[in-house]
Amino acid sequence: MSTWLNDNGPLLFLALLDGTVTAFVLALIALGLSLVFGVMRIVNVAHGELFMLGAVLSWFAFDLTNDPLWGFLTALVLAPVIVGSIAIFSDRFILRKISYHPESTIVATIGLLYVIQQLTLMFFGPEVRPVEAPFYFRIQFPWFGYSGYKLLVAGMSALCLSGVWLLMKRSKLGLYMRATQQDIEIAKTFGVPTQKIYASVFALGGGLAALAGVLVVPIRQADHLMGLEPLLLSFIVVIIGGLGSIRGTIVAAFIIGISDGIISVFYEPTLAKMLATLLVAMVLVLKPGGLYGEDQA
Amino acid sequence: MDHEEEKNASDVTRRSLLGTSAVLAGAGIVGSQLVDPVAKTAFAAGSDEPIRIGFQAHRTGIGTVYGKWYERTTNAAAKYINSIGGIAGRPVEIITEDDGTDPKRGADVVEKLATQHKVDFVYGTLFSHVVMGSAPRAGELKIPYFVVSEGYHVASGKLNRYVFQPCITDVRSQITAVSSWIFGNLGKNVTIIYPDYAFGYDHRDYASAAAAKSGGKIVAKIPIPMTEKSFTRYFIKIPQNTDVIYHVMVGPGVLTFVREMGEHFGSSHPKLFGFIDSLEGVNITSPGLGFLDGSYFWEAMPRYADGYDTIGSRFYRNAVGVNDSGASKSDPKDVSTYSHMFGCWETLFAIKEAVEQSGYKSKKDYGTLIETIEGFSFFNEGIAHPQGSKFFRGETHQGYGQQFVSQVKNGKLNVIHRTSISDGMYEPETDYRKQSL
Repeated sequence: MSTWLNDNGPLLFLALLDGTVTAFVLALIALGLSLVFGVMRIVNVAHGELFMLGAVLSWFAFDLTNDPLWGFLTALVLAPVIVGSIAIFSDRFILRKISYHPESTIVATIGLLYVIQQLTLMFFGPEVRPVEAPFYFRIQFPWFGYSGYKLLVAGMSALCLSGVWLLMKRSKLGLYMRATQQDIEIAKTFGVPTQKIYASVFALGGGLAALAGVLVVPIRQADHLMGLEPLLLSFIVVIIGGLGSIRGTIVAAFIIGISDGIISVFYEPTLAKMLATLLVAMVLVLKPGGLYGEDQA
Repeated sequence: MDHEEEKNASDVTRRSLLGTSAVLAGAGIVGSQLVDPVAKTAFAAGSDEPIRIGFQAHRTGIGTVYGKWYERTTNAAAKYINSIGGIAGRPVEIITEDDGTDPKRGADVVEKLATQHKVDFVYGTLFSHVVMGSAPRAGELKIPYFVVSEGYHVASGKLNRYVFQPCITDVRSQITAVSSWIFGNLGKNVTIIYPDYAFGYDHRDYASAAAAKSGGKIVAKIPIPMTEKSFTRYFIKIPQNTDVIYHVMVGPGVLTFVREMGEHFGSSHPKLFGFIDSLEGVNITSPGLGFLDGSYFWEAMPRYADGYDTIGSRFYRNAVGVNDSGASKSDPKDVSTYSHMFGCWETLFAIKEAVEQSGYKSKKDYGTLIETIEGFSFFNEGIAHPQGSKFFRGETHQGYGQQFVSQVKNGKLNVIHRTSISDGMYEPETDYRKQSL
């Protein structure tokens, strides 16, 4: 055992470190999708594009201010607001028009996905554009170095997750949201403005996706096709965790993140993806509601 | 989304046709002789039926950046060819269709160009999986298909007699040409990091073969899936005794790849040799690329004008609207895919040469045209072939040119070595001429 650790200790450490960062990022991206599904019972296929918009807006902010820190701060404030407004607009003029019908909303949000993606291609262009991190430092471990900004992203993500948790548990809006999630008809009878709650949840989901985009873009880059992968991963996380459950989303993100880290370091990254997909299939068969199925956030 | 369609007909009007004399329209004039950049438009009277060339373009999908520059280069070449009298006295018309950088759609586009637009030839594809998907359709429709892809798929014999890659050297030859330089100058123990699909395997296999020849050793082979977004976990697999990291990443993750490699190694790291494919369309001074300072790159055609300053290359650079740093003249932030797009310019001239020398008039002359190209052995350096002379092998339908090695210094690529064509030669593995037409 000790010789194994001597040989593979650094590998295991890297796997856990990288896996934890991946998990926090995943949880943040998936959270919005999970909330929207939990409360509104609709699948927002355009969720990944809202994430992409966050990243792209972050690039514009960086380009305009020409300063990594100011660009980052500007984007951190403006991107969620802009994307949230787009979400409210989509809720008002698309989703409400089709009465949040489950199948129609899937088709409608697929349409939204293409509209956002192609508009970005028109105005942002096909290039992959880098955004400088607001600050840069490198942590040197005895065996390898690691990006300090990545750890910051994990921290910021943890903060956002706690914030949403508090919002759901402690605020009136959170109470209304939970009420709407449990039973929309009864919530209506008790005077919950469900229409407004729907709009707020959709905006919150979009805003969180955009926020994730702003945080992640310095460790990736911005391009108009970057929304697809987070969308798929979010679906995996949300299905495993249980739709609409914050706890489930976080637990599932850690299962996927850490196992992805360990399996890709010791075996093959493709194997990690295969196992994640297999896990989704097993959850769907054995526990269709997910690990924390009808758990109320 | 409907397929977009664009017709970039020549600027030439009937009036200008009648108003000028047919001087340069004679067949047999090869591009390299056409050195007069201000030659008057001059199509032969009575032959204004255009040569229609279908351009399969990556307007959307992962190949979009390349696609944009391929399109600009193609339009610039067509404009210039028309200004010097067209092809065999006929104007050139480019009909562009988007293939979405998708193999399935690529095959549909070939069919649409051939049957609906009734083009004479199909041309232009870059991404190798699109070529692999489209080439069989071109073979079935029996329409000549000219690719600008650099994949080894043409010369390997996997495609068919209708497919040609005359003006961009294939990956196998590129690697063979630069490998001996790597092992001779940078170090013997090489770790190769490559994308986990066909294009990457070409690098893995032919770099290994070259290592065996030049006394080098591949100490580790690290494949990375195409869709990967984070690379930290791969760098820990690089063995301690590595002298050189040979990397050939493509796709949107490239900048992350470089930055994370910098984070992993810090200031003491093995030497780096990369293929410029990773950084095509990317500004070398982008944030995070500082780590590349001092590292080496293969280039097919130097991005910076001072790296290869010939009359032909200068003329070409100007015609496609690229400045001395390899970016668009109208927008210095818009960096070109300079090591690949010359292939479009040159291939259109190869088509011109093939049409004029074979006496091609219409589709019934495909046989003669193909046999004529198979008889070619050289394209001469000049305005028509600004990247340099090409040796062409009729049996493999593949052209071979010189390659460059550049070093990144002060945020710029500086050419430090140029290979000769013979450095990249290998034994042919197929003979398409034996296939029936």
